[in-house]
Amino acid sequence: MEPKAAAAPRRTPSLVLAEFETASGVLHAAEKVHQSGYVRWDAHTPFPVHGMDRAMGLKDSRLGWIVLACALTGLSGAFVMMHWMNGIDYPTVVGDKPPGAPGTVPSMVPILFELTILLSAFGAVFGMLFLNKLPRHHHPIFASERFRRATDDRFFISIDADDPKFDVDATRAFLEAAHASRVELIEEDAS
Amino acid sequence: MAYWEPVTELGEAAFVQPGSTLQDITNDIARVSETRAPRGWWICFLLALSFSGIFLFCVSYLFWRGVGVWGNTAPVYWAWDITNFVWWVGIGHAGTLISAILFIFRQRWRTAINRFAEAMTIFAVICALIFPGIHVGRPWLLYYVFPLPNQMSVWPNFKSPLLWDVFAVGTYFTVSLLFWYTGLIPDLATLRDRSLDKWRQQIYGFFALGWRGSNRHWQHYERCYLILAGISTPLVLSVHSVVSMDFATSVIPGWHTTIFPPYFVAGAIFSGFAMVETVLLIARSVFKLHRVVLMRHLELMNKFLLLTSLLVGYAYSMEFFIAWYSGNPNEIAHFFVNRPTGPYWWAWVWMIGCNVFVPQLYWSKKLRTSIPVMFVVSILINIGMWFERFVIIVSSLNRDFLPSAWGYYRPTIIDVGTFAGTIGVFFTFFLLFMRWLPMVGMAEVKGTMPQADPHLASHRKVDGVPAPAHGELVAEGAE
Repeated sequence: MEPKAAAAPRRTPSLVLAEFETASGVLHAAEKVHQSGYVRWDAHTPFPVHGMDRAMGLKDSRLGWIVLACALTGLSGAFVMMHWMNGIDYPTVVGDKPPGAPGTVPSMVPILFELTILLSAFGAVFGMLFLNKLPRHHHPIFASERFRRATDDRFFISIDADDPKFDVDATRAFLEAAHASRVELIEEDAS
Repeated sequence: MAYWEPVTELGEAAFVQPGSTLQDITNDIARVSETRAPRGWWICFLLALSFSGIFLFCVSYLFWRGVGVWGNTAPVYWAWDITNFVWWVGIGHAGTLISAILFIFRQRWRTAINRFAEAMTIFAVICALIFPGIHVGRPWLLYYVFPLPNQMSVWPNFKSPLLWDVFAVGTYFTVSLLFWYTGLIPDLATLRDRSLDKWRQQIYGFFALGWRGSNRHWQHYERCYLILAGISTPLVLSVHSVVSMDFATSVIPGWHTTIFPPYFVAGAIFSGFAMVETVLLIARSVFKLHRVVLMRHLELMNKFLLLTSLLVGYAYSMEFFIAWYSGNPNEIAHFFVNRPTGPYWWAWVWMIGCNVFVPQLYWSKKLRTSIPVMFVVSILINIGMWFERFVIIVSSLNRDFLPSAWGYYRPTIIDVGTFAGTIGVFFTFFLLFMRWLPMVGMAEVKGTMPQADPHLASHRKVDGVPAPAHGELVAEGAE
């Protein structure tokens, strides 16, 4: 049995969560949070809110570059595969065409295209998950009961405790001044 | 003018029933998986399940006895199985069209039906892939089509359209699955957050990947969705084009046609829209989705059906023209004599009647806004499109170049059972999807509602938009 005295762990704040009732409310609050210099914070909305990326000062997504790299890999991989298999390793003459490139490039087009698309799709989905650091099933924010409505009809702003500007009382007061309908502090057990 | 506002001058109405709150949408859609299934669902499910049983029986018998249990014989070696394959792949196409092409064109009405249509794509492509798989005769040698090192040291022939088909349909299935799942992630998170018991929370939570609606995530997510839509658009056009090349690269009159790729794509979208509509009408009445799936959506789909019917009709008439213009007696005999008056004239009549004539009813607004009419028409179109593939495949093959080799193809009961069985498999998957997954994209529907517009002010009175109700439409001034 654990001694009773050790049962109450020390709690440290992990984030402050502010709730808003409307899309416009959260958008204007996000502008204020961004302007006042917070960096480790986020908005949580049931659907992407138009203009939020600009309000938060986010840079353009880099996902397109990942997808481009995957697309080029798919294209060149498909070419190398077909040229090597039908042209070099086991030359296959069909329709009286010389095996391998360049003679058979026209008949390679469908598979070149399909593999480009296939790898681009993998790049888009897995690249998106990579950039988002998902899957991540445990996050301090899920400790909030009210946060369940973030995927329903409520809008939230969370400011992380490891933000350089973070201060429990000041941040809380700041969010209240930004017309949050409710502000709560989320704490975790200190490790 | 905000993007969600209907253009009343064009006779448009709201995307979502006016007066609905964000929570209404969540409740309407999430409720389906949280409450007991309605009786209508059980009836449909048990029916579909019994057809799946027929499918399992037929396929087991086929594997036991061999392909001889089908009616395929000289000169018709490609019969129902390939007909069914092309039919099912085609049905899948509307799903990608709705989710990708309409997304790129910013057709926001697609949000009511896109999840459905994407699910339909996946299940239809599963049904489609079954047929070439069981048609090879020795299914345990199916790995020959993949570029795998094997004991014969032979690689696949990449010049073969049949191999292109493997890559095209395989890619199509994979990309559709990724697209569908990506769209599901935020909605799975909604189901996770609404769940009251541990099991639901854990299962939906597992697949929701810890989604927390973060805007930093939404940014990459939206870009991902846009890229997927962008690459799916040429993909969907390529898939049925490649399927059509299975035929078009041959020398058989009736197959050897350069118009095939666009003709097949138009037909695919046509039949797919019809199937979406059939399934949607069933789901709408069984699960009472009248708030989200409005007559406006259905009418737009019917206009799409009319358009694609005209495209298909154009392709049919072009086939006649090209046959005549080619001056080739085999082509002329095939299109002008064999198809309309040959042994399969009745299939040709079904094809023309259902695909070209029946959809013309939709010129009338009264008919295209009538639920019973559209239900019957959508089924007739699918019958017509099945017969189109039957006409292309069987009537082109049954009269070979040598009249002495002519033959008449008759399906066996196993052919019929396998086909009917895949319809059961399709609906079994579909009903399970409707029951357990959000069948309308909640996050996407919410994005088209007035409440999603962050610049909406309460003093602005807009037609069709309700007065602010309990904090839903609180304006900027009220903050």
